[in-house]
Amino acid sequence: MSNPLADMEKPDVIFAIGTNMTECHPVAATRLKRALTDGATMVVVDPRKTRLAKMAHLHLPIRVGSDVALLLAMAHVIQRDGLIDESFIAERTADSEAFLSHIRQFTPEWAAEICEVPAEDIERAGKLYGRGNPSAIYYTLGITEHICGVDNVQSLCNLALMTGNLGLEGGGINPMRGQNNIQGAGDCGAVPANFPGFQPCDNPDNAAKFAKLYGRDSIDPERGITKVTALNEAGKSIHAMLIDGENTVVTDPDKNHCEHALKSLDHLVVIDIFLTETGQLADVVLPATAWGETDGVQANTERRVQRLRKAVEPWGEAKPDWWIVSEIAKRMGTPGFEYESAKDVFNELCELSPIYAGLDWDRIDEGKYHWPVPDKEHPGTPRLHEGEFKNGMKGLFKVIGYRDPAEVISDDFPLWLTTGRRLEAYHSRTQTGRSAGLEYLLSEESLEVHPDDADSLGLVHGGMAKMASARGEIEIQVKVTDKSPKGTVFTSFSFANVPVNILTGSGYDPVTQTAELKVCPVRVTPVA
Amino acid sequence: MTEHRSDLVEQKLSTLTLDGKLVEFTKGETIYEIANRHRKEVPTLCYDERLEAFGACRLCVVEVEGIRKPVASCTTAATDGMVIKTSTETIEKHRKTLLELVASENRNVDVNALSGYSSQEMTILVDRYSARTGRFSGKQSGTSNTGDKNPFILRDYDNCISCYRCVRVCAEREGDYAINVMNRGFHTQIITEFNNDLRDSNCTFCGQCVQTCPTGALGDKKALRDADTEGEIKKTRTICPYCGVGCSVDMLSKGDKIVGIQPAMDGPANEGALCIKGQYAFDFIQNDDRLAKPLVRRDDGELHECEWDEALDRAAEGFKKVKDQYGRHAVYGIASGRAPHEAAYTMQKYIRATYGTNYIDNCSRS
Ligand code: SF4
Ligand code: SF4
Ligand code: FES
Repeated sequence: MSNPLADMEKPDVIFAIGTNMTECHPVAATRLKRALTDGATMVVVDPRKTRLAKMAHLHLPIRVGSDVALLLAMAHVIQRDGLIDESFIAERTADSEAFLSHIRQFTPEWAAEICEVPAEDIERAGKLYGRGNPSAIYYTLGITEHICGVDNVQSLCNLALMTGNLGLEGGGINPMRGQNNIQGAGDCGAVPANFPGFQPCDNPDNAAKFAKLYGRDSIDPERGITKVTALNEAGKSIHAMLIDGENTVVTDPDKNHCEHALKSLDHLVVIDIFLTETGQLADVVLPATAWGETDGVQANTERRVQRLRKAVEPWGEAKPDWWIVSEIAKRMGTPGFEYESAKDVFNELCELSPIYAGLDWDRIDEGKYHWPVPDKEHPGTPRLHEGEFKNGMKGLFKVIGYRDPAEVISDDFPLWLTTGRRLEAYHSRTQTGRSAGLEYLLSEESLEVHPDDADSLGLVHGGMAKMASARGEIEIQVKVTDKSPKGTVFTSFSFANVPVNILTGSGYDPVTQTAELKVCPVRVTPVA
Repeated sequence: MTEHRSDLVEQKLSTLTLDGKLVEFTKGETIYEIANRHRKEVPTLCYDERLEAFGACRLCVVEVEGIRKPVASCTTAATDGMVIKTSTETIEKHRKTLLELVASENRNVDVNALSGYSSQEMTILVDRYSARTGRFSGKQSGTSNTGDKNPFILRDYDNCISCYRCVRVCAEREGDYAINVMNRGFHTQIITEFNNDLRDSNCTFCGQCVQTCPTGALGDKKALRDADTEGEIKKTRTICPYCGVGCSVDMLSKGDKIVGIQPAMDGPANEGALCIKGQYAFDFIQNDDRLAKPLVRRDDGELHECEWDEALDRAAEGFKKVKDQYGRHAVYGIASGRAPHEAAYTMQKYIRATYGTNYIDNCSRS
């Protein structure tokens, strides 16, 4: 997030797109509710009538995957009505001319056709966002889990840049992180493009620096392949994998493909707290400590670096992840893994990462710092882009066009399936599914179908249906509700016995290789 | 540049006399806030600093010169030159009487501390004022709804003192408006919209009502499963393991058993709030499905338990073999978006330092 969570109580206009915040980030949502009580106006863009959507002053139930069209038309309205922030554009951005002339052609009427919502509503959304003082954008996977995920994010940046809604209290562009430490995994360099602290791998100086630090002659001065490519290469050029705590088989967008990939490896080592579906394919499974059993550090969605603390002794012989990885490294003869505690590991990270340079184990005790914290005198950075962008750079406008999802509905697959998460379940439910009581609220997966669709397809509430895509077929219970719009069905992928990811996985964003999980054409038929 | 809603207003300091001492305050502060800052132990029951002051219990009354009746300090804004006494004989007698009334109306004065974060407030005050008497015994306010089958929230309104903190936290902090008040006086009852079970209301089971209840009328059913478990309750400050908000919690344990979770009121990301996952989905940790020992696949094709050394040797041998046979670009690492920094850091270092590649990723792409 560019802004701290506390800022969520301060926007004048809230623009929430592709985020089911009351279910996925409930505590953050309570802050938006307070902003609403204080008189903020909220626009929600979501195909479904979520709780957040019901609270909105304006809800745009756009057709799944049509976000770019909507955002182009909003930009059009903002420019047409003179709601752009001229001085911000002049002082802090570049490439505005091309963008501002590009958007002239994208009228609300044009977008209305694609998004399947009234042009007046698009018009209103543009005006509200453009006039808000300030306006804040919030989004989650509903924006990124598309083949055009990067285009979606860039389109949101364009809106914020043209209206100067960056670096302001209560404004900004705020992606909400889904997993507790997904931010931290990136911070620590567990990505193919960056060393710790987002230092690019394709910069030869960085590669040389880390080679030296890690006791090697060299490290490839180029990006590694992504996980998606690595799975495609399994059995071809990739022959061994070390997977830490991820139930890839259940959460991966294309289950059959993924299972096949892992099976074709010569050697698979999985570190986890349970024997997951992924672990069952492994040659070696190593038991890790769970929450409350080990000390550590975690960074939240507002870049706040916080301490995890050990409360009880580990289950059985479970060991901390860092210990397990270090023991494997030592056996491989790799130097530099003589850690005695989580503190040793974290302090090494701080030394190598410019954004953590001002931090160490003791300083983060109270969770007061938001990175970047470049030195020990620095108070941390709750709000990014205040006064200037990183290194005095300009905010770049990008010219973006709308394109259809990887697969679109057809006679064979006439409905849009979109997927999401539920309040009571978390990812593959290896954790919530094992917590007493949660089944009282959510014990079975279901498919939300609009009453009109249910009628025409002959589906009954509580009955079973077959749902097929170009990749496979599953059975699922039907829930008739007008929460999803006509023509779109919804489910989550929380239950292993309803492997929705047999169906999904039609395409990937060419830049980030994030899977298109939000859009998948399907056919739904009743099971006799 | 842009103006902003929360532009700082210039604040001027004013003064008043608090128990004979001149103290400063800022406009808008209540008498209670000032007294609290000066460590005057003014008792409260309907007060929760996160909520709008309500003025229902009248325990926080103080004497203000020139005002005949004692005033509720939690709802009274301080004004320049006020002369305040927080503790006089009359006031203490009044407080004791009120607490005796509360104690006699409630079936239980002793509340298990696992009930919730604020569950000891009434008990502590009743003892501080030696107010355990049976003077009003027999009369009880509210109606129990212990029939609600939900597995999280105990609703025993025989212990309700009508402070409405639950109703207020649900409305003001959560914005859920799941519960409300029916009737007033002795028959006051806290109900859901149609007087149903919570599951059939707007309730999201965030547990906030439980955590603010000062009497244990609302209790944490999951934690109370361990009411009779041996051992002191230990609290460990940590961060929720679910979403990216990063709420601070106190993990409650007895010996090596995790028994419950309470929100950290001073948690920087959540300021006391939690959701159902952070509040109630903790017992996956100590679950019989947990892996207790390493597993290796043996010649029979099955996974078998083994000692750490064997498992680690097997793990390393396999990587060596692949590296020797196919080269250093044949090994890939996937770090977790759930494990702590130290896991992700060592994972990437393992790959980069062992193979000299950047063949490392995490699960954010799926
Ligand atoms: S658990 Fe949360 S939503 Fe439910 S009644 Fe209590 S405060 Fe309201
Ligand atoms: S309590 Fe809920 S909102 Fe807070 S971090 Fe945990 S999952 Fe997220
Ligand atoms: S605390 Fe002031 S009236 Fe209850």
